[in-house]
Amino acid sequence: MTNAITIRSATRTYGRTRALDDVTFAVPEHSICGLLGRNGAGKTTIMSIIAGQDRESSGRVEVLGHTPFEHAATLSQISFVRDNQRYPDDYRLHHVLRIAPDFAPNWSAEVAGELVAAFRIPSKTQIKKLSRGQLSSVGIVLGLASRAPVTLLDEPYLGLDVTARGLFHQALIRDVESQPRTVLLSTHLIEESASLFDRVVIMDRGRVVVDSDSDDARQLAFVMSGTTDAVDRLVAGRPVLRRQRIGGLASVTVEGGADDGIRAQAAARGVQLAAASLQELVAAHGESEPEIVQEKAGVRA
Amino acid sequence: MHPDDSPIFLQLAAQIADDIVTGAYPEESAIPSATEYALFHTMNPATVSKGVNVLVEQGVLYKKRGIGMFVAAGARELLLTRRRAELYPNYIEPLMHEAAVLGIAPAELARMIHDQLTLQEDNS
Repeated sequence: MTNAITIRSATRTYGRTRALDDVTFAVPEHSICGLLGRNGAGKTTIMSIIAGQDRESSGRVEVLGHTPFEHAATLSQISFVRDNQRYPDDYRLHHVLRIAPDFAPNWSAEVAGELVAAFRIPSKTQIKKLSRGQLSSVGIVLGLASRAPVTLLDEPYLGLDVTARGLFHQALIRDVESQPRTVLLSTHLIEESASLFDRVVIMDRGRVVVDSDSDDARQLAFVMSGTTDAVDRLVAGRPVLRRQRIGGLASVTVEGGADDGIRAQAAARGVQLAAASLQELVAAHGESEPEIVQEKAGVRA
Repeated sequence: MHPDDSPIFLQLAAQIADDIVTGAYPEESAIPSATEYALFHTMNPATVSKGVNVLVEQGVLYKKRGIGMFVAAGARELLLTRRRAELYPNYIEPLMHEAAVLGIAPAELARMIHDQLTLQEDNS
């Protein structure tokens, strides 16, 4: 399978801040990839670079085989909707819809019309006076109706009500089925969108911590819960992502797959063992402090 | 059947298999399209195809080119045979394990099952 987006060792520094640190991942053509992680993880930075609106300090980023930065032919194949997309001050919806096709050669007025109606976006209000959710809806209309071979959606859900989120999912599935394209979508609403993804990339502090097929992501971590004593004994020597305690009980998220050996040991000690959900995986990676984990492992060894 | 932490495509395959066993999808009838499943469950269409293909490989579904996926003749019996084989490890073993934990003797467990079956027969 060819990759629509390939990122090799991309680093982006702003002064002393390292927003991206040796980021490497690829997004296969015609897949829906979830880009997950805490605020400040580097999701928007990498999306901006993929969209050609920013440039890596070092490393290499290719979209459809080309470096997107200042490459018009590639840029016309990309649609990037920022979470804080700005519009000219006096713009109303119809201005946006009239100008959008100039930037999107595959623009579908039909899809745009359907979505505007479904999202109930007011057409006479100035864009800058729309609510946060309505503004997100406008972004989704642009993102989907552009039908760009590479579609980047940064936090498309912000402020969106539950009905609209469902509409967005349905529209995304339907339109991607009829016009296959590559979608990279960042979100914090992981539980809701997990089943949409073919692949997931989890970032933390500028680095990629998980890059996996969605199905395999369930084997990347597991949660053990039971008495603190029993759990600690089972966890010993394994990489811990997250620890929670209540009374004499502990719940620990461990990185890696659960093999039959640990399953048997857990059962023998009355410890519950379950695969970590994508949401738990992201939360655990966001909480983990690698230095501390190493220290604890050192004490035990 | 499948624990919740099994991959989504296997959960879908299990659910379609269930629907065939209960008769919701009779043999030689079409099942919904990948897009319909994707929209209904809000899941990635590729995941749906993966789940459907599991059942194709097992001979439960077959593809009619350009029309869609159909339930194979004998699919229900095939699935029932498999589920009968899974009855022991999935239900009887855990039941016996739990009974042992609670200190219920095998003879007492057998009597409880017998009583429950008699009760159901009386009620039906």
